[in-house]
Amino acid sequence: MLFLPKLINEEGLRIDGRRPEEMRKFRIEAGVLKNADGSAYMEIGGTKVIVAVYGPREAHPKHIALPDKSVLRCRYSMLSFSVAERKSPSPSRREIELSKVIREALEPAIFLEEFPRTVIDVYAEVLEADGGTRTASITAASVALADAGIPLRDLVAAIAVGKVEGTLVVDLNGVEDQYGEGDMPVAMMPKLGLITLLQADGIFSSEELDKGLLMAKQAIYRVYEAQKKALKRRYLEIAKEVSGAE
Amino acid sequence: MGLSKHYGVLSLIKREAIISLLKKGERADGRGLDEFREIKVETGLVGKAEGSALVKLGDTKVVAGVKASIGTPFPDTPDKGVQIVNAELIPVASPIFEAGPPGEDDIELARVIDRGLRSSGFIKLEELAIIPGKKVWTIFIDIYPLDHCGNLIDASGLAAVSATLTGHIFDVELKDEEVNVIEDSKKPIPLGSIPVFVTIAKIGDMLIVDPNYEEELVADSIITFSINDKDEICAIQKSRSGAFHFDEIIEAKKLALKASKKIRSFLRS
Repeated sequence: MLFLPKLINEEGLRIDGRRPEEMRKFRIEAGVLKNADGSAYMEIGGTKVIVAVYGPREAHPKHIALPDKSVLRCRYSMLSFSVAERKSPSPSRREIELSKVIREALEPAIFLEEFPRTVIDVYAEVLEADGGTRTASITAASVALADAGIPLRDLVAAIAVGKVEGTLVVDLNGVEDQYGEGDMPVAMMPKLGLITLLQADGIFSSEELDKGLLMAKQAIYRVYEAQKKALKRRYLEIAKEVSGAE
Repeated sequence: MGLSKHYGVLSLIKREAIISLLKKGERADGRGLDEFREIKVETGLVGKAEGSALVKLGDTKVVAGVKASIGTPFPDTPDKGVQIVNAELIPVASPIFEAGPPGEDDIELARVIDRGLRSSGFIKLEELAIIPGKKVWTIFIDIYPLDHCGNLIDASGLAAVSATLTGHIFDVELKDEEVNVIEDSKKPIPLGSIPVFVTIAKIGDMLIVDPNYEEELVADSIITFSINDKDEICAIQKSRSGAFHFDEIIEAKKLALKASKKIRSFLRS
């Protein structure tokens, strides 16, 4: 029989000792790749994601180009060894769906109309998966887009809210995601107060949905601050490189 | 990295007409903002399937079929049956659909329906084990839109539910480790809470239930709620490249809960 872990202890703490509204330790870095036009890395708990952005660049194949705006392409994929059982490298149905919703989470933030007849490519690779890979991909991707100098209405920051043993919790880890009763990833453009991704799987009452959204919003503001800091650090680095070259 | 197939085009004059009508609280087809189109369901139309349903939601038509076969369980759920939902946006349904391997829209549709059914506990998978760890029932639910006139998700969800509700599995006899299906026996698929799918489109700052094809083309964004029989939310999917304000999500949820009653009362009858 399967071993079902106790996800919330008597003191109301989670399996990794966090309080319900507490996020895992996380860090974001901008400009981590040489070749990409923009890039970012995010680590949150055991989850590690790297994102590369190319473009705006010429569309290949040409016929996908649009006359009035840039086309955003997005691929979310997991490295074969990012999970316990080796994942086949060919794209799974899950990855195909997530690539779509991640694209649709980022699209509202980008001034695509500034770059007609071009494409912007976003590649999110999950190096290690421990819950929250789609939200980390979105968070890192928007930093990578900014790092590529692509004009944005706002950054997009994301986090998942979930339900474990009847308690709403922020930022599910892998075990909570697997054994919990619900998972609700949320992405927002924080300054604009707009939700660009919302999915849910599992059971949430109407009130839990409202409360979960509020919890997500609070965590998202923290992610947002870290995104801005990562970009500022990157700009300082660039400034140093430029002044050092003189 | 298949991009979404083009969503089709709508003339500016139609777009503006839809929007200006909505601003007056009216819809081009005369419905209220929170009203579904007329629903018709025909079940058992495919004799070779273990369950089937043709759903008409206004002009939108979706057929779903159930096939049951004996297979092996997933290693992490050895004592549960298997539910597999598939959807294919076939070209009979619309000139914007192309034949070929499933794209992201086909996959998204199937996965949203799958999550709604699964989270709701619709098919009691725990009652579908025959020899735990070895032989279980696999229930395939396959969804094919026949005419895409908007809101394929809700029509597909209703088709999947109706086909399964009226579907059946078989009695089996066990001989050692052999499982034999008794072909002329029929027993109902064990079912729990019935999920209902409600899709809301956002056009400008207005929210409407069950968008038709033209409204879908105008919509900035759409959001689907799957709702179980206790009025709990068992799946959400925001789709398209728009965004929702916080309050709009809450408002959409309220609209969805209210509109779900109509489908539920329809299912009861």
